[in-house]
Amino acid sequence: MSAALDPVLLARAQWAFTMTFHIVFPVISIGLASYLAVLEGLWLATGHEVYLNLYKYWIKIFSVAFGMGVVSGLVMSYQFGSNWSVFADKAGPIVGPLMAYEVLTAFFLESGFLGVMLFGLVRVGRTLHFVATLAVALGTLLSAFWILSANSWMQTPAGFAINAAGQFVPRSWLHIVFNPSFPYRLVHMVLASYLSTALIVGGVAAWHLLRHRETAEVRRMFSMAMWMVTLVAPLQIIAGDQHGLNTLKYQPVKIMGIEGHYRSYPHGAPFVLVGIPDQKAGRMRDALDIPKLGSLILEHRLDAPLAGLDTVPRQDWPYVPVIFWTFRIMVGLALAMLALGLASLAARVRGRLYVHRGLHRAALIMAPTGLIAVIAGWFTTEVGRQPYTVYHLLRTAQSASPIAAPAVISSLATFAVVYFAVFGAGVMFVLRLMSRPPHPGEAPPLEGTPHRSAGITPAPALHPGRAP
Amino acid sequence: MSPDPVLTDVWAGIIAFAVFGYIAMDGFDLGIGMLFALFTTEQDRTHVMNSIAPMWDGNETWLILGGGGLMAVFPLAYAVLIPALYTPLIAMLIGLIFRGVAFEFRWRTQRGKPYWDAGFFLGSALATFMQGVALGAILQGIHVQGRHYAGGWWDWLSPFSVLTGLSLMAGYATLGAGWLILKTEGDLQQRAYRIARACGIALIIGMTAVSAATPFLQNRYYQRWFAWPTVLGTAQVPLLVAIVTALFFYGLHRRWQRAPFLLTLALFVLAYLGLGISIYPYLVPESITISAAAAPASSQLFLLIGTAVLVPIILCYTGYAYWVFRGKVGAEGYH
Repeated sequence: MSAALDPVLLARAQWAFTMTFHIVFPVISIGLASYLAVLEGLWLATGHEVYLNLYKYWIKIFSVAFGMGVVSGLVMSYQFGSNWSVFADKAGPIVGPLMAYEVLTAFFLESGFLGVMLFGLVRVGRTLHFVATLAVALGTLLSAFWILSANSWMQTPAGFAINAAGQFVPRSWLHIVFNPSFPYRLVHMVLASYLSTALIVGGVAAWHLLRHRETAEVRRMFSMAMWMVTLVAPLQIIAGDQHGLNTLKYQPVKIMGIEGHYRSYPHGAPFVLVGIPDQKAGRMRDALDIPKLGSLILEHRLDAPLAGLDTVPRQDWPYVPVIFWTFRIMVGLALAMLALGLASLAARVRGRLYVHRGLHRAALIMAPTGLIAVIAGWFTTEVGRQPYTVYHLLRTAQSASPIAAPAVISSLATFAVVYFAVFGAGVMFVLRLMSRPPHPGEAPPLEGTPHRSAGITPAPALHPGRAP
Repeated sequence: MSPDPVLTDVWAGIIAFAVFGYIAMDGFDLGIGMLFALFTTEQDRTHVMNSIAPMWDGNETWLILGGGGLMAVFPLAYAVLIPALYTPLIAMLIGLIFRGVAFEFRWRTQRGKPYWDAGFFLGSALATFMQGVALGAILQGIHVQGRHYAGGWWDWLSPFSVLTGLSLMAGYATLGAGWLILKTEGDLQQRAYRIARACGIALIIGMTAVSAATPFLQNRYYQRWFAWPTVLGTAQVPLLVAIVTALFFYGLHRRWQRAPFLLTLALFVLAYLGLGISIYPYLVPESITISAAAAPASSQLFLLIGTAVLVPIILCYTGYAYWVFRGKVGAEGYH
């Protein structure tokens, strides 16, 4: 059978495609939910209308992102069975409950309180409304908690036994939930959500600053976003470094792939800046590297020996050309974010935060980079886990459903068409909302739309005759 | 650790409850999605959509819970059923996506509105049909070898599964019409009565045909329904169906307001009961029993703790939401 019609590869492509679309929305939901909680808290504490107006502005965007996250998440929850049924059977007793908890908490905290959050300010009063906002923010974080626990368990499985039917069965839920890579992955992902959201908020503000729509709200959100980038970008780099060291300990082969170390370095490994990984030949071509830096980063010693992929059987190699590059995209963007944070700090100190057009242009260009870095990071960790679904225990090739290639390719094509149409429209609506600056007397999200009690909720209707 | 029989039964009950909760709750709003095409004026359409606006997305979450829960506590059944229902499930998801976003997007664009309206109708119809097809495909039997689905990707398609698909469309549409009777007044309500009558007739024809065909699909179903003395018990189901049906049409004739919706729900309860009689104790008919599919006790117990705390709370505020939005709906939303 030709490689193009390999059902496992098609199933992986389908997962990668639907996941890449999906991940964008939770990232924005997690970041914006916390941002909204901060905005409402500041409004209650200071009484400044600016914060309330910003709250009403961003909640409309939040609700669209949240809705698209729920819809694209529904597809993910069934894909374990449709394309990966052997995995579902074998890992279901462990991964299943973790994901069911995600649904329960998301359902309970997010959907339940979202209705109050969107329509309740007048009806329920300020205190209860603030509680609802906090509950939604907490709900998004708990969702991340459970999903990342499940994912981390696949990377660094712990607390399990294997029964006669070949299923992974739980032994200690404490060890399962708090498996070795989970704390690092959770911190890294939550920070990534905050950073990505800050870059989007900053980019929207910069757009309006560049077009001379300087409301007090625009300035305030630009300032808040740039503070966030300044503070979180360095934290994220530290968290990423720690996560990498954890990976070196538990998944050294993944690190070999990321570093492009096809061969071993007994006397200190170089850091490969760029190069062309040649998976077939098992070597880097045209590599530009800095001697000894690899060992310094990973082992904090110049001469520390590092083993390469030549010590690992070839059938256990991850596909280096992908993770080598996605990792470099992620790190490169992180450095650019750090630079943006520092530049904004310098402009702020000199009192030029709202007039420095170069800074505004940079912030605008950087707006989507958080999301790009998140996607690149997930490709690094997931492709780096290959050729396993449960690391070292269950091979990807043995996890797939007994489904014929034509079925997988048809569903993949269908998802591609539908996702571009539906989520394309959704993104257009979000951009349309963003293209208008937040202003004094910002409208609440309710006007002209139907009442909702729970769950996915709309941004405001576009009234014919009223400027969008 | 091995499965625990008590926990397994508790979970079978919870999953059965969640699935029925989904059918009862998402059923009427999917039905309204299908009836949407019958209403052509903007005012009527807004009216109709507003009548389900506060509830539909909460309703749909039960579907995620059903799927996610099945993987957690009956992983083997999940691993066999989902690949067997590959095409209908993906088609259902696509339908639900279109329907879900149409709900959000149609208010936000003038030019694109007809497209999202079409998406709302077609998405609802597709999702419903495929749910019915999936039911038929499970009933007619699934080819299993060892722990895997062993059939092809078109096995689900048969005259019987098309029949169950169409019957479910009639059923959801009847529920939707009942909901409209409950929620509207005047001319719109009068139309809803006429629609309920037409859909109700289709539903009864469908139910009768499916019930007549089912015992002949597999010998065990036949034994289950007609063996003496169990027939004394099982015969009560069609008897009750006949009574409820008679009441339903009488209620429509007398213009009762609540009864059409509630009696349709009663028909669904009876159909669900009949389904249980046919399938029990299997999760995948003739090949995987409830206990064979069960996850280890520690998995079931771990999830049961959270479910026992959260699901009652979720039910309470779902009930509260229905209470808050009780009464008639106008074009402006609930008064």
